Amino acid sequence: MTINMDLLNKATAFIWYEADLLDHQEYQTWLSLWDTKGLYIVPTDNNETDYENTLNLALDDAGMRRMRVARLESGESVSAGAASSTVRMVSRLRILEETADYIVVRCAMTLNELRHGNLVTYPADLEYRLKPTDDGFMIDRKVVKLMHSDGFLRTVSFIF
Amino acid sequence: MSELIELQNISLKAADMVEEGRVHKALYSDPEIFEEELDKVFQNTWIFIGHESEVPEAGSFKTAFVGRHPVILSRDRKMNLHVLLNRCRHRGATVCEGRKGKTKAFTCPYHGWGYGLDGGLRAIPKPEEYEGVIDKNDLPLESLRHESYQGLVFATFKSDIEPLEDFLGGAKKWIDLFIKQGGGYPLKVLGEHRFNFPGNWKIQLENTTDAYHFPIIHKSFISSLDDATADIFDFLDGDGFVEDLGHGHSVMVMIPDLVDLEADLDQPIPARFEELAQALRDEGQDEEQVKRLVRAAHGTGFNLNLFPNVSCSMAFFRVLRPVSVSLTEIQHVAIGGEGAPVSFNRKRMRLHEHFQGPMGFGTPDDGEAWERVQKGSMAGKDGWILVNRGMGNLHTSKDGNVAGAVCSETGMRGAYQKYKQMMAAKGEK
Repeated sequence: MTINMDLLNKATAFIWYEADLLDHQEYQTWLSLWDTKGLYIVPTDNNETDYENTLNLALDDAGMRRMRVARLESGESVSAGAASSTVRMVSRLRILEETADYIVVRCAMTLNELRHGNLVTYPADLEYRLKPTDDGFMIDRKVVKLMHSDGFLRTVSFIF
Repeated sequence: MSELIELQNISLKAADMVEEGRVHKALYSDPEIFEEELDKVFQNTWIFIGHESEVPEAGSFKTAFVGRHPVILSRDRKMNLHVLLNRCRHRGATVCEGRKGKTKAFTCPYHGWGYGLDGGLRAIPKPEEYEGVIDKNDLPLESLRHESYQGLVFATFKSDIEPLEDFLGGAKKWIDLFIKQGGGYPLKVLGEHRFNFPGNWKIQLENTTDAYHFPIIHKSFISSLDDATADIFDFLDGDGFVEDLGHGHSVMVMIPDLVDLEADLDQPIPARFEELAQALRDEGQDEEQVKRLVRAAHGTGFNLNLFPNVSCSMAFFRVLRPVSVSLTEIQHVAIGGEGAPVSFNRKRMRLHEHFQGPMGFGTPDDGEAWERVQKGSMAGKDGWILVNRGMGNLHTSKDGNVAGAVCSETGMRGAYQKYKQMMAAKGEK
């Protein structure tokens, strides 16, 4: 097995950057990381692959991503106001596929949320399809496979 | 617990905590009342457990709950439905896990007792030691009485209860209207969102007949809509109403124009559905059918609340399950049309994702408010929840029911009066 360390490092740096933006609620910058045709997906069934013909927790195109961010930033959402902070850790990165147009990266995430004094933990597998650009990557697809996606979740007023 | 003891001292029972226009806050937080509710309410009425489309074929099953009892809804080879207690008759393990699936039999993993889709005990490994001890015919999975109306399946522990159709009564007319959102196709469950909140089940029960909260708590959702759609959701000053349908059921009509989805099919296609309309045309639908499907895609303009655990809520089923006095599980079940054009069902799912579920633009704000109601219910030794809004402005509907303004609390009062009646019953189990 040969690992392309250069590519792995670049992908890791990009995904860590994205994680930091989300934990620090720099949502406008986060929006700029996306390809306009990209999809942000949180499935209800982690074995599903046909996301458009399935009910998801979220399936956001550019318009929905923009609205999701606008809602979190508007000051109008009482639940977004109550979400005090998130700390996520991303590790175990592996490049699953590499083509001229994109790479597919899988990694593990643990996101911790503090809300009303309660810690809530969300373990998940993340799958990214990233398009290389001159200065890094654009996100073409991000699939957040929560370990308990088919269980009874708490409500979510942040972005995975 | 100090509150509980004091209340017992003044011998205020749950039924006495419901007055015409207010209910005592202990109904949200007293664990003994919660236990009593499971017995007197959830063991004694029809409980919604699913839609027939969730078990489409011979061998299909789904798991559900009647109160705190795990049950299986199954379809046998003759296509008959069964509602079975999920408990092996030997040593009591569940015989079916998972949300749904297909199977030939329910087999207990512990000692291998095997049951048919109708619950009959078919196989016992090494049966010799039972000779003269038990008869397989005496030990099927316990079966619950169940009936369906328009594909909605209800089950009950109360075997001598009135027929489901009598229980639904005035709600049947609204279920008939609700299922029209299949767009001419049979209603089909497309998937579901699941979440919980740290609060009492009655907080959710109230919510689906509460139009008053909508523009306030859901302001951030309304802001995410285009102006024309936001106008549709600006319904508090409109001609909507809440009607008490009896048996604890009620209907809250928010958008009167969307009561009958098969009427007014000549209306122009709204901008936000233009993309769907084009996709339907591209799939070969003629213009009449495009208009019909676009109108169905809106969902209905009303919430039909069926006491005690389901609401046919505009475009989906909202099912509640009481887990503990301060924990409630909720399913938001998305629906579309069986065999309907792909773009129609896709649009229905995207609209569902927009508002519903733990990541929707609406549910998290509801959840926040409900959590605070539960917390607030612990404040003070005594306190009442007001459900008297609109009591001075009631009228009789054309169906002869008590009705109030769209943002009145007429539906909550109806549900609580049914609750009061059930909780006052003596010695029923």
